Amino acid sequence: KLKMLTNISNVLRACAQRNVAAVVMSARTYADFTPEATFEIKKCDTFKLDEAPATQVVLTRDEGLEYYRIMQTIRRMELKADQLYKQKIIRGFCHLYDGQEACAVGIEASINLSDHLITAYRAHGYTLTRGGTVKEIMAELTGRRGGIAKGKGGSMHMYTKHFYGGNGIVGAQVPLGAGVALACKYQGNNQLCVCLYGDGAANQGQIFETYNMANNRYGMGTSVERAAASTDYFRRGEFIPGLRVDGMDLLCVREATRFAADHCRSGKGPILMELQTYRYHGHSMSDPGVSYRTREEIQEVRSKSDPISMLKDRMLSNNMASIEELKEIDVEVRKEIEDAALFATTDPEPPLEELCNHIYYNDAAVEVRGTNPWAKLKSVS
Amino acid sequence: MASLRCFLRSGKNAMAALQRSGFHSSAPAAVQMMVRDALNQAMDEELERDERVFLLGEEVAQYDGAYKVSRGLWKKYGDQRIIDTPISEMGFTGIAVGAAFAGLRPICEFMTFNFSMQAIDQVINSAAKTCYMSAGFQAVPIVFRGPNGSSAGVAAQHSQCFAAWYAHCPGLKVVSPWNSEDAKGLLKAAIRDDNPVVFMENELMYGVPFEMSEEALSKDFVLPIGKAKIERPGNHVTLVSHSRCVGHCLDAAAVLAKEGIECEVINLRSIRPMDTDAIEASVMKTNHLVTVEGGWPQFGVGAEICAKIMEGPAFNYLDAPVTRVTGVDIPMPYAKILEDNSVPQIKDIIFSIKKTLNV
Repeated sequence: KLKMLTNISNVLRACAQRNVAAVVMSARTYADFTPEATFEIKKCDTFKLDEAPATQVVLTRDEGLEYYRIMQTIRRMELKADQLYKQKIIRGFCHLYDGQEACAVGIEASINLSDHLITAYRAHGYTLTRGGTVKEIMAELTGRRGGIAKGKGGSMHMYTKHFYGGNGIVGAQVPLGAGVALACKYQGNNQLCVCLYGDGAANQGQIFETYNMANNRYGMGTSVERAAASTDYFRRGEFIPGLRVDGMDLLCVREATRFAADHCRSGKGPILMELQTYRYHGHSMSDPGVSYRTREEIQEVRSKSDPISMLKDRMLSNNMASIEELKEIDVEVRKEIEDAALFATTDPEPPLEELCNHIYYNDAAVEVRGTNPWAKLKSVS
Repeated sequence: MASLRCFLRSGKNAMAALQRSGFHSSAPAAVQMMVRDALNQAMDEELERDERVFLLGEEVAQYDGAYKVSRGLWKKYGDQRIIDTPISEMGFTGIAVGAAFAGLRPICEFMTFNFSMQAIDQVINSAAKTCYMSAGFQAVPIVFRGPNGSSAGVAAQHSQCFAAWYAHCPGLKVVSPWNSEDAKGLLKAAIRDDNPVVFMENELMYGVPFEMSEEALSKDFVLPIGKAKIERPGNHVTLVSHSRCVGHCLDAAAVLAKEGIECEVINLRSIRPMDTDAIEASVMKTNHLVTVEGGWPQFGVGAEICAKIMEGPAFNYLDAPVTRVTGVDIPMPYAKILEDNSVPQIKDIIFSIKKTLNV
């Protein structure tokens, strides 16, 4: 209401220098308009949500005018850029936003300039809604010093406060946006980051890495709970069917594999198999493996779920073999290992002549530089 | 008794002889510190100094660091500032760069720089180039750090040196410390720098102790990025190196000193920007230059030094072409005898120096 009055008083002041008719016209225009109205909009489809956005919304006249203005500005700016590009006054890349104006404007309508936004290369509209002027945007497109990035960036690399471009590498902006959001959380400023990407970028692996970390609140590490937003690995494909299998039970693994192989061979497409298993050792030889779990836990798995013991018990209790038989196999296996170890420790090291071989496959012999310019070594496939 | 004789013979070395014999006056006992502890101290001090600084990477928090470089930091600073990530290099590197965009000062650890290849687009296109593309509007105050180059027995995929790759790119600073003092002073400088800095450590150096001066132990000990250090002065030949190979150069110099050849050993400390002036000044004195690096020869650090020397005033002072001592031009093999012969050994450095000097 206050804004309306200001407009009226401005018109009146302007009309003091003109004729009275103009003043009368303004007064009539003001009285005809509805200050606000309610609209019905489409319901959103949801996935894993209990509620949905409202379907009845209110728009004020002022808002409507403002939105209309900005959208039209974007539309005209983009069409002008199209023209300049065809005249070769704009060169290189130029990704135009006309038709999509409702996105940039609608988003900005529900956030503040103190929030953050990042997008890909179709960025001119957002540069405007985020505080840039048409003048400096166009000068950037034409590569002039008055451009918003002084001509250094061009179409894809425009920046304003809390607007991080303008990014040329498809998908890269998604983790960047999550990092901006991390900074907001870190600083406790209640700001958010809107991170935009297209259907093309949606196929980038780094998007999924970001989903995982953004959902999991970043404090993650070794154990599965700390590294994964969802530890139901067999469900993570979402559009790929999946199985979760007891990986300590040989028979389960065999049967599940049979099922999965049939599924694939019959033309039904890929399948996810989650084998739940357990390693007795640490991650590697440098990891003692007991700083994140107890020895008791390891021992319990060994005693209750060891795959070899499980198989052995099954066979013995069903009278499928004798204890002596199994012991004999143990002895034979032990010997085989001993023999292999002896060979492995007495066989000589590779000859130095073979240092540079096998750089290439099925190729002619080449010369390889050694540690100094006078060392010329030979390499064969 | 022997030290007393030394003292009498070489008066000017009296003080040194006295100290060696153990009869200290007021000189304090030198503090020995391993490179990993120097790095730890640098990060601890900078985390304390500036609350915008934080560390993220695999195993940096609850595991105390894959190589224990960040030991104790999570316990001291907590979840918000020491963050364990999943094995998602491209994702978490992008997140780190985004956080730098929005005003934080991240330290992004790669468990080794081999894994940085997964994230190299974020390092180069999102971090290195942004200040330029935005005409100076958007700073990216981030440090990428981790072990670089060959280790022991970890084979081809875990042994590459990335100095040349990163130093190739404008917009990045690339730093390669050798000893503990380097590690602490340069890491503090990198964290305080408002630009993306690639900080290349060396796994085999983590456990090596070095003397730390009192100055180096202070909380404001910062070394300038872009300045090399002359570790050993000499007149006959200039040796230029970085990271672990600096030690090898000093060892080679010690051997050659007995034969009357005095090597000047330069520790580059920074690969980009590189202290070309220091190299040139040295070459103009010694007239001979040998570069030593662990990385591959083609398009490497030594290759760049050769080009720089040819383009500058020192070229006319050379009495022989520049010699590059490098890793062998192959993927790193596994067997110990092969691995040992894939990197410059002290005998290779000595051989190359003698060839260069034509002795």
